[in-house]
Formats: sequence, C-alpha cells, structure tokens
Amino acid sequence: MSGYQGKKNIPRITSDRLLIKGAKIVNDDQSFMADIYMEDGVIKQIGDNLIVPGGVKIIEAHGRMVMPGGIDVHTRFQMPDRGMVAADDFYQGTRAALAGGTTMIVDHVVPEPGVSLVGAFKLWREWADSKSCCDYSLHVDITEWNKGTQEEMESLVKDHGVNSFLVYLAYKDVFQLSDSQIYEVFSVIRDLGAIAQVHAENGDIIAEEQRRILELGITGPEGHVLSRPEEVEAEAVNRSITIANQTNCPLYITKVMSKSAADVIALARKRGAVVYGEPISASLGTDGTHYWSKNWAKAAAFVTSPPLSPDPTTPDYLNSLLSCGDLQVAGSAHCTFQTSQRAVGKDNFTLIPEGTNGTEERMSIIWDKCVVTGKMDENQFVSVTSTNAAKIFNLYPRKGRIAVGSDADLVLWDPDVTKIISAKNHNLAVEYNIFEGMEVRGGPLVVISQGKVVLEEGNLHTTEGCGRFVSRKPFPDHVYKRIKARSRLTELRGVPRGQYDGPVCEVAVTPKVMSTVSSGNVSPTKQQQQSSTHQPVRNLHQSGFSLSGAQVDDNIPRRNTQRIVAPPGGKANITSLG
Amino acid sequence: MSYQGKKNIPKITSDRLLIKGGRIVNDDQSFQADIYMEDGVIKQIGDNLIVPGGVKTIEANGKMVIPGGIDIHTHFQMPYRGTTTVDDFAQGSKAALAGGTTMIVDHVIPEPGTSLMEAFDQWRQWADEKSCCDYSLHVDITHWNDSVKQEVDNLIKEKGVNSFHVYMAYKDYYQMNNSELYEIFTFLAERGGIAQVHAENGEIIAEEQARMLQMGITGPEGHVLSRPEEVEAEAVFRAVTIASQTNCPLYVTRVMSKSAADIISQARKKGNVVFGEPITASLGTDGTHYWSKNWAKAASFVTSPPLSPDPTTPDYLNTLLSSGDLSVTGSAHCTFSVAQKAIGKDDFTQIPEGVNGVEERMTLIWDKAVTTGKMDENMFVAVTSTNAAKILNLYPRKGRIAVGSDADLVIWDTDSVSTITAKTHNSAAEYNVFEGMELRGAPTVVICQGKIVLEDGKLHVTSGVGRFIPCSSFPDFAYKRIKARKQLAVLRAVPRGMYDGPVSEFSMSRGGTPSASARSSPTKQPVRNLHQSGFTLSGPPTPDDLPARPPGRRIVVPPGGRSNITSLS
Repeated sequence: MSGYQGKKNIPRITSDRLLIKGAKIVNDDQSFMADIYMEDGVIKQIGDNLIVPGGVKIIEAHGRMVMPGGIDVHTRFQMPDRGMVAADDFYQGTRAALAGGTTMIVDHVVPEPGVSLVGAFKLWREWADSKSCCDYSLHVDITEWNKGTQEEMESLVKDHGVNSFLVYLAYKDVFQLSDSQIYEVFSVIRDLGAIAQVHAENGDIIAEEQRRILELGITGPEGHVLSRPEEVEAEAVNRSITIANQTNCPLYITKVMSKSAADVIALARKRGAVVYGEPISASLGTDGTHYWSKNWAKAAAFVTSPPLSPDPTTPDYLNSLLSCGDLQVAGSAHCTFQTSQRAVGKDNFTLIPEGTNGTEERMSIIWDKCVVTGKMDENQFVSVTSTNAAKIFNLYPRKGRIAVGSDADLVLWDPDVTKIISAKNHNLAVEYNIFEGMEVRGGPLVVISQGKVVLEEGNLHTTEGCGRFVSRKPFPDHVYKRIKARSRLTELRGVPRGQYDGPVCEVAVTPKVMSTVSSGNVSPTKQQQQSSTHQPVRNLHQSGFSLSGAQVDDNIPRRNTQRIVAPPGGKANITSLG
Repeated sequence: MSYQGKKNIPKITSDRLLIKGGRIVNDDQSFQADIYMEDGVIKQIGDNLIVPGGVKTIEANGKMVIPGGIDIHTHFQMPYRGTTTVDDFAQGSKAALAGGTTMIVDHVIPEPGTSLMEAFDQWRQWADEKSCCDYSLHVDITHWNDSVKQEVDNLIKEKGVNSFHVYMAYKDYYQMNNSELYEIFTFLAERGGIAQVHAENGEIIAEEQARMLQMGITGPEGHVLSRPEEVEAEAVFRAVTIASQTNCPLYVTRVMSKSAADIISQARKKGNVVFGEPITASLGTDGTHYWSKNWAKAASFVTSPPLSPDPTTPDYLNTLLSSGDLSVTGSAHCTFSVAQKAIGKDDFTQIPEGVNGVEERMTLIWDKAVTTGKMDENMFVAVTSTNAAKILNLYPRKGRIAVGSDADLVIWDTDSVSTITAKTHNSAAEYNVFEGMELRGAPTVVICQGKIVLEDGKLHVTSGVGRFIPCSSFPDFAYKRIKARKQLAVLRAVPRGMYDGPVSEFSMSRGGTPSASARSSPTKQPVRNLHQSGFTLSGPPTPDDLPARPPGRRIVVPPGGRSNITSLS
C-alpha cells in the first residue's frame, strides 16, 4: 500500500513530504479523484500528475476515500475531579483519537469556581502541550460569574485564541449559573464574537429529584438516570435558546442525549434561531438501558450527564437528525474514569464521576449508523465529523477541508473494514468500553496528522507532545454573518409621544403589588446605569395629545371620535359608574 | 315575561322561576325543555312541568339557555401600592353579570412575607360585603417556607381553596425559583390542589427591562418589547416540565401568545395534565396598540404577559380553544384608571398592569369562535363555564343545567349585535381595550342564584348577595389521571451486591468536575441487600444478555479487577 518513490530506504524523517496517489478526495461539498501532495504539514498540491520532489513517501489510495481528519469538538482529557484525574490524559486521549481517525480535538478547560480563567487555561495549555499527539484547541467553561470573569473572557478571546465558552445550567451550587447570569454571559460572548456553549439540564429540578431518589433508597447508577429525566434536558435546552435569542447570541448545545432535546433544537432552528446541536458518540451509539445492569461497575461506566436515554430508539433518532442537518456536529465528550474512581459513588450515585468514552469510536460509529444505513452520504459524513466543527469554531478552511493550503490532517477511510469494539483492544486506560461488543463497519486505514503518517497497517506511530495549540479567532463567519445582520435589524425605537400631563395617582415609593420591580437589583453595574438613564428623553416639539390632526393608529375606523381620543386622565377619578 | 296565574305578584316571589320553551345547552348536548327553579336551585327540567302557582315565567321562545359563565380569573379590588383597582367586587361582579357571567373566581394576593390566611380572610370580607354573584378564591403563593406550607394545607382542608397560583415573573418580588416551584408542586400534588402559574421568565425580563430603559424607551411599547413571547413560552415549558416531574396538575393562567399556546398543546399531546387559560384580551385584541401615540390608551393595554404584537394571535388562540388544546377562559379583569396607570408615565415598568374583560368575555368568544364556526354552542358552554367548574371541583353544582344544580342561567341571544365602548360598559375604567368592537351574541336574561339580574337590558343586582363557594381538593377532572400515574410511577432500585473492589481516594471538596450533587443530598445512608450479589460469573444477569454483548467478554469480570492499567499500546 505504500512504497518509496525513487531511491529506496530513505530514512523515516522525510515522511513530512507525502504524496497520496489515486485518492477519492471527499470534502463536505463534493468528492473527486486526485492526488494530494503535502509538505511540512500543509497540503501543497492537489491534482493529477503532480510534479513532486524525489524521495517522497507515496501512499497508494487505490481509489479509496481520503477525507479531512476528524475534529472531536468535545473532549475532557485529564480532567480533574475532586482530587482524581480522568483516566485518559492528553497523551492517551489524543492517541485514541488518532487511532479512530480524529486528527484534532477541542478540550474543555474547567476552572474551579474561584480560580482565574486565564490561569486554568494556561494550566491546560501546559498539560496539552507536553502530551498531546495531535493539534488541539480549548473551550473555556464559565463556572462562576463576576466582573473579573468578563475581563478574563476578553483576554482569552483577544490574546489566547479562545472563541467558545461553556456555561452550565446544571450542577447546582457548584457550576450552575442563574438565568440572569447566563443572560449577562451571553451578552458578553456576543460582544466578543464568541460562541456560547451550554450544558443543558435543569440543575434545580435535578437536585430535588436526586434527593427524592436517594430517599427512596435508590443509590445505584439507575438513580442517575432516574433523577435526570430527558424532559429536564429538553427544558434547559429550550431555556438556553430563549436566552440566546433574546441576547442575539449564537448558541451551541453540547451533549444532545435525548430525542426531546434534539426536537427542541430542530424546532428552534426552524424558527430561525442560530443554534447548533452536538450529539456525542455515546448518544449516537448506545442507550441508557445499561444503567439497570446488575454489574455495578458496568452500569457506572455509562454514567454521564445528561444521561444516556433509556429509550432504545434514541440513537437511531439522533442519527437521523444529524443526517438531515438538524444537529450539526458530533463530539465525543470523552471523559473516562476507571472503575476504582467510579466506585467513589458506590453507595451514592450522585458521587460517581461522570463521563463516557467515545473519541476513538466516534468516526466509525457515525459511519456505521449513518452512512452504511443510507441516512447520509460521505460528504455529509465529513461535514458532521469535521467541516461543521471547523466552520463553527473558525478553523475553516485550515481544518475541515482538503484544499491547497489546508493542514495536512487526512484520513484514508476504508468503508468495508469491520471491527468489534472492545475494551480489550481499545486505546484507552479504562476497563470498560460502553460500546463493548458492537460491530461497526468503516474505519481509518491510514491517518495523517500534521503531514505525518500516524496510523498505518494497524500500527500507531504517535509522538507525545507534538500537538500544537490552534488558536481561534472571534466572529466566525459561519455563525456571525447572521448574528450581525440581526443586530442591525433589531434596533428598537421608542414611540415619540408628548409628555403625559394628566393627573397621576399618588403611590407608596416602594413598589407593592403587581409591579415589575425586577430591574432594580439585577447587577450593581446595571443599577447605576439604569438610574442615570431613568430620565426619558422626550421630543417636546411633538405632542400626541392634540385632538386635531390624524394619528397613525387612530384612523382605524372603529375608533373615530370615541372618548378614546380625549386627553388622557380627563376622567381619572370616576370610581363607580351606574 | 308574564306572570302565570295571578297578576301583580310582588317581585319577591321571583325566587320561584320558570323558563318555558328554552333550548337547554350543556357542554355535551342541547335539548328543548322547560326549567323550574326554586330557592336558587334547579328543581325540575322537562316538558309540562307541574309548578306552584304565582311563579314568574320567562318565555324563552326557543332561545338558548346556557349555564351562567364562570370567569375563572379576576382581580377585583386589588390593592396596588396604596391604591386599589377601580373595579371593586360590586362593580366587577355587576359587570360580570351584565355579560352573562354568574360566578367569578378572584385571586388573593398576599404581600410577600404576610400570612396567606389573613389575606384570604381579608378578600373574603371584601367579597362578602360587595359581590353580586357567587365567587370562589384562588390564593397566590408569593413566598415559600414551612409556615406558608402549613397555611396552604389549612386553606385546602378548612377554607375551600383548591388552587394556588405561583409567579415565575416579578423577580425579587413574587418570583419563585425552580426549586421552590418543585417543592410547591410536590406539596400541591400530595394535597390535591391545582398549581396555577403566571408563566414568564422574570430573570430575562429584568435584564430586558434594564436594557430598554437604558435605550431610552420608557413608554408602554417598552413593556411588550421587554417581554417577548418567547419568554412566556420558555416559562410555560419550564412549568410543564416541573409539573410533569412532580406529577402535579398544572394550570397556566393568561395564555397570551401563539408560542405559549403551542407549548401547552404539545404538552397535552405528550400526555401532561395541563390546562391553558386564554383571557378575553388575548382572544379579542392584540398588542399593536402599545405603539399608540396616545399614551393613556397604550397604557391601558399594559398587562403581563403582554398582548402579542402579532395580530394573528387572537384568531390562533380561538382556534386552539375550539380544538380543546386550551381549556378555559378567564378575563384576568384588573382595571386601573388613567391616573393610576400614569404612575408609570416616565417608566413603563411602573405602569400598573391589567386589562378589562369580565363583561366582554362571553360575547367576545361567541363572536370570535361560535359565529365563525370554530366551535359549537356546546363547546362554548364548556370553555366559558363547564371546564372551569370541573377544574375547580364545583361540577355539577356549577357549569351545568341539571336538577340540583345552582340556578345560574343565561338566556342567550345569538342575533343581538352590540358595540363595545367605554361609554356604556359597566366597568369604572375610562378605557376599554375592546373599544369600538362590534360583537354578535349577548345575554338577554341573566339569572343568578335563581333571581333575574338582567332583563330587558336592565341590571337588578344586589351588592353582597354573592356567596363564597368552597372548592374541595382532588378534583376528578384533573386527579383521576394523576392518581393513576402515581401508582404507576413507583421507582425501584436494581438489587446488586455491594461493590467491593478498590475505591479511589478523593476529596469531598470540589475538584473541577460535574458531580455537583454531593451537596444537595445530605440525606440517607444507602440500604443494601446483602443477601444478594450481582457479581457471580455464572448466570448472566438479565439486562446484560443483550445481543450486543457477547458472553464471556471482559465485561463480566468482577469490577475493579484491572483498575490500574494506565496505558495500553
């Protein structure tokens, strides 16, 4: 399958010049036959009969598909949890990703509440720089909200190449933000030109349900899914979309796990909301019936939030929505813990560390569930595994496309290979694989990352620490073109009216019954601004109270010469009419 | 309208009354029959009734006789920052009767921090003194703690209240958070109450209001701009979710927008026990008037959730009401004079909220839904009267024409045409949000407590005759289903052996991951069945013999067996 052109026995080092011959190049928009020549990690030429230097390593594709390497938009490698660390670190995790055909990952920085975002970001950079085997980027999670947070977000966007922030609607009293805080975070995110991501579950309801379930004596992993029914996920999705619409902020829902959550997203998109949904390997590949397994360790291996749906028809449904474009991107939310770590919650499901595997299996599962079944074609496959992610997070066309000038992250895909997923031979550090025993068709034959062959003939050749941080600019076109148009459109105007000069009822200063006092104590900053702008600006040259002269809405036929046009307040003190 | 037998019997005998030749319309059927009532109760229904002499007889001449309307949502005499709404119980119930409504259900609104029971007694006193028709009371829960819980319990058990209203809007004032809603709903479900919600997301509204004011928008248009319909729909969705979690019947007051109505009909299709209440204003008019250049007129439309600026909304809501997706109609009648509204002349957030509608409700629905062919007369009775009676557990005493039911009846003239105007309405407010609207259908005779209160266009109401009608808990209409579900929804744990593998060290103090819940559940040492172990290698446990899992894989080895593998090649 691969040989050396010209001289033999050229040392391995020259493999950063690489030629793929006879490939069927698959982008999200089209497929075509061509050769690809890459040098120094970048695609230099695409076409037939390319003129390339001698001594170039050649890979014969034999007409097989070559597609942009996968981008796993959601991983949590090496994630700290209460003194423990997720079992797959950046080395192990990216290795697994590459083995599955994914050549870039985007990990989540999870700052402890109270810790600086930039500080946490730098820590994650350090970890990833020293261990990652493929290019990576970072989302930053907003785990608390105060004035300093806003400045740190600005600095992350402007100086550190971050353009996406995740907020939690769940994890009450830990990560959860209130609706008002989310409104403010979204406003900031929109102004910065970033993407708002949400973990969508109603944390308040969950906290109540958890208490109830524990009181019933249910302490095993089944309690996890019982306390987090899918309605609670759908509710939070709906709420976050509402807030995003209000703030005109693009929204990205991580971990779409249930039919109803997916439906809410699909419906919102039909109504024109700028919202993206991310199902993950687990929700596309398996379901939540396993929470009832009598094997505690196995049941616990499925614990993730939102939970896998106990409805076994869910994966098929989500695959359909992914295929029709209602959901756009597939991540893995890869976050693995060993059984001994999970066992922290052996007597209380609420303590089980959460997360499932999926970074290695992601591409194959989607191929098997969607392409093999005819739900999507190979081009759509590229969209949902790579291109859409690159577009949304402003990596396109450097990533997510096979084109001259793009990064040489490529996968030679074999649609016919079949594989049985098993913890025995996966590239992870954990004992369980939630897809155990699943037979999937389609897999990578050759994986090229940064212009180097990292998977060939079933052997991984990864280099720890060679992964580069890919910084991302704000205002991705794919997302913000629409947002910008809308913000121009939604400028609101007051109605020019004369000053009301009729009688005014005397009232107590503090608002009592039935008034919207709300805006008063939103946030300290707002309060000041608000009171200073309280004086309305009136156009005193214009009065709406003249009886002569037709007014815009008063020439509605049914309203002529009724009392309605008399000066307001004229009859203010009538308290009873006979 | 003649007296049978002797002439010139004084008016006093009119508590014996015979309606002849009427077409009785209930929610299930219509039929021709005479109705005889005595002492405020229907005694006989049929043809050729044998009745005492000297009974006043009303000739219906084939006109429809329907159960008097029940306006399930009013705010009469509501205190507001030291003033009171202009329609008190006398004025308000008079307007109700004029429109064919013979019973109203008012909302008791205790100041946050004050006793529910005292507020209830206060409202009782006001209504007993003044109301011209029978009434019941909802109680609004404006704060939540153990003593409120106790009061709610007492109100249900002793005072005849079965519906409680909570607010998802009015941040820092009435607004309840999700956890409180969960607790309230759970409690009401146990006690057999109905949970009513004012559904709007108060947090978003507060932010939007601040934004509007900053932009210099201070007029009534700011009210609707800061409360877009999505924010209403969001709250409805959330309330439905919480109610469904707690298995509590939900009643959404004031459905004002298409999207909120859609959420309700979707939830009903999914099987949720949820009722939606559009109001006269949302069925009859729209929110375009907020942009009126006449400030006073624009302000008169201010209510929450606001009227939708989408002019196709009323028609849409009428359609859903006709199809049964929305269940009952109220008026949310809560009127303020222009001077009162002017409290907010420089800041729309200060405008007292509420619109009229108690008088216009029946006629408006007849005109918009029955004359247009959306619903028939029976459905009309259902949405104006019967469904409300069922939800409140007053059926069949109210909401039906049957022997033994209260003699609250309306003779309905389908052909009458009237024009609504503030000049002639029975409310004390200077503006009418339906001004100039020409409507078909109106009551010609209204009988309340067996007495004629409207005849020949003249009202004969007596202030203070209205009785408080206690509503008992567990209304069948909502709770039959709830009870069945409760039996079904028993959760069971999976019997497993004790996990005895290695356990990682961890700190209970937070360390950066989703496992939040540690703090929220201080309760309970788990109970384990030690006699049973799930870890045997023989005999695959039931859920594990799924075809996807070939037997004999590592998956069935005891957990924790290989816990220290950190890198596989």
